[in-house]
Amino acid sequence: MPSDKLTVRGVSKIYSQDRGQVVLALDHTSLSVQEGEFVSLIGPSGCGKSTLLDLVAGLTTPDSGEILLAGQSIVGQRGKVSYMPQSDVLFPWCNVVDNVIIPLKLQGVPLAEARAEALALLPAFGLEKFAASYPYMLSGGMKQRAAFLRTYLCKKDLMLLDEPFGKLDALTRMQMQGWLLDIWQRFKHSVLFVTHDVDEAILLSDRIFLMSPSPGKILVEIKIPLSRPRHPRMVTEKTFIEIKRELMRWLETGIFAQEEETSWQNKEF
Amino acid sequence: MKNWRNIARGDWNTFLLPTGTLLGFLITWEVLVKVTAIEKWLLPAPSAILKALWSVKELIWQHSLQTMQETFLGLALAVVVGVVIATAIDWSEELKKAVYPLIIASQTIPIIAVAPLLIIWFGYGLLPKVLVVALVCFFPITVNLTDGYRLVESDMLRLMSAMGANRRQIFRMVKLPAAMPFFFSGLRIAGTYSVMGAVIGEWLGASRGLGIFMTRSSQSFLTDRVFAAIIVITILSLAIFLLVEGLARLTMPWHYQRK
Ligand SMILES: Nc1ncnc2c1ncn2[C@@H]1O[C@H](COP(=O)(O)OP(=O)(O)OP(=O)(O)O)[C@@H](O)[C@H]1O
Ligand SMILES: [Mg+2]
Repeated sequence: MPSDKLTVRGVSKIYSQDRGQVVLALDHTSLSVQEGEFVSLIGPSGCGKSTLLDLVAGLTTPDSGEILLAGQSIVGQRGKVSYMPQSDVLFPWCNVVDNVIIPLKLQGVPLAEARAEALALLPAFGLEKFAASYPYMLSGGMKQRAAFLRTYLCKKDLMLLDEPFGKLDALTRMQMQGWLLDIWQRFKHSVLFVTHDVDEAILLSDRIFLMSPSPGKILVEIKIPLSRPRHPRMVTEKTFIEIKRELMRWLETGIFAQEEETSWQNKEF
Repeated sequence: MKNWRNIARGDWNTFLLPTGTLLGFLITWEVLVKVTAIEKWLLPAPSAILKALWSVKELIWQHSLQTMQETFLGLALAVVVGVVIATAIDWSEELKKAVYPLIIASQTIPIIAVAPLLIIWFGYGLLPKVLVVALVCFFPITVNLTDGYRLVESDMLRLMSAMGANRRQIFRMVKLPAAMPFFFSGLRIAGTYSVMGAVIGEWLGASRGLGIFMTRSSQSFLTDRVFAAIIVITILSLAIFLLVEGLARLTMPWHYQRK
């Protein structure tokens, strides 16, 4: 579909590990993200979610398949999308402002201008009081917000978020989800969001791609018909529960399927 | 704020306890010398050493100036050479393979053996002493900085390249600041050895400097002056150490606040 923001088509990735062992991390995976769409990628640990984001970010190259951004191949090209890694990766030698303006500095924006732009955005990210704080002074949630602001300042049309709330406690997590919904409703980026958490995926997404592990592939694509704007309270609604039930059913069959898949896989190698 | 008192007490203890140990040691020394009436040229009492230090303070100061000059020039040269080598090695894997093992191996050559060669080549002037200091000091700087560059968190490098940074930007914005604590560990070690390097250089031939002052004093059996020179060398080394420490705290406040 040419109207897609991001198209991943038939992408496979093989990692060779120590002692000549190979791992098929992704097996002919396809997905798409449309303009202004929030898409989640959900699946068990080790199914290749981070690998897929790495491929889109150009950090590795696929062994087959194509990756298109607005119709143009971006295989192996870096700096085309906004990317937020699984851990916050804030630099301890920079305060919050200087951490978040790193993408601007890379693009050659003058320092004073970059700082002014970041300062103006800090309130929206709940960091206005922490402009001059160093990362070790921040709570986990604040670190993630700073990392998210840095990602936002990459100013690319597509955002890749790798489990941004994975390490937070349940309460902070809920708070951050509400906050991300606000931000997203305001700025309407195209987002590809990786998570382990079924509730989180349903609450935030327009569509969910469910992955099965070893080898990683897309099991099913599910549309979320919940209305926008959304709110964390919606997790108790009837439609929400129904969607969750369907997703859980898929997850269970996915795991059964995976067992057959693996035995077949062993014969193959 | 509650912790303030504890921190202060901890700092005082770390300062007072070693001072106490030192005082105890000096008093024992003084008493033993007095009791056994050991001859002054063999082992002078601490009080005699201090007296000697005071009486030759002008002379020692002149010699110290020379030694300090050699030390600072040598240390500066070592920093420049160490930073250049470590950075070049980090830039090119081939260069690292070609050079790094040799740098490590070079440390098995005793400096005492090389120093006479420097005298032969460069005479009795300032240069050979500066070179001895630099030879002693460049190694810890090079090795520590090389480690610092190598041990940068790979997540940081990945994030930078995902954001489209080129090699130079990654070096300037991530590798350099991340390696700073390692650089300063190297500089701290180098700084403490540097005065010793200058003194060794002077032993082999010089007209001025604490090394030559020590040689002359010991040849005249003015043992109290030898000890006076040792005190000055210790104070100089400590001063350099504190200078490096202060510089480190100034340039990397984030590193110290973190703990
Ligand atoms: N650089 C690499 N070298 C070798 N194998 C790798 C590499 N990166 C990932 N893998 C393998 O690829 C598979 C998928 O890893 P990936 O990190 O994409 O999983 P994930 O879905 O992100 O897991 P998690 O939810 O725990 O983050 C794993 O089996 C992993 O061991
Ligand atoms: Mg992952």
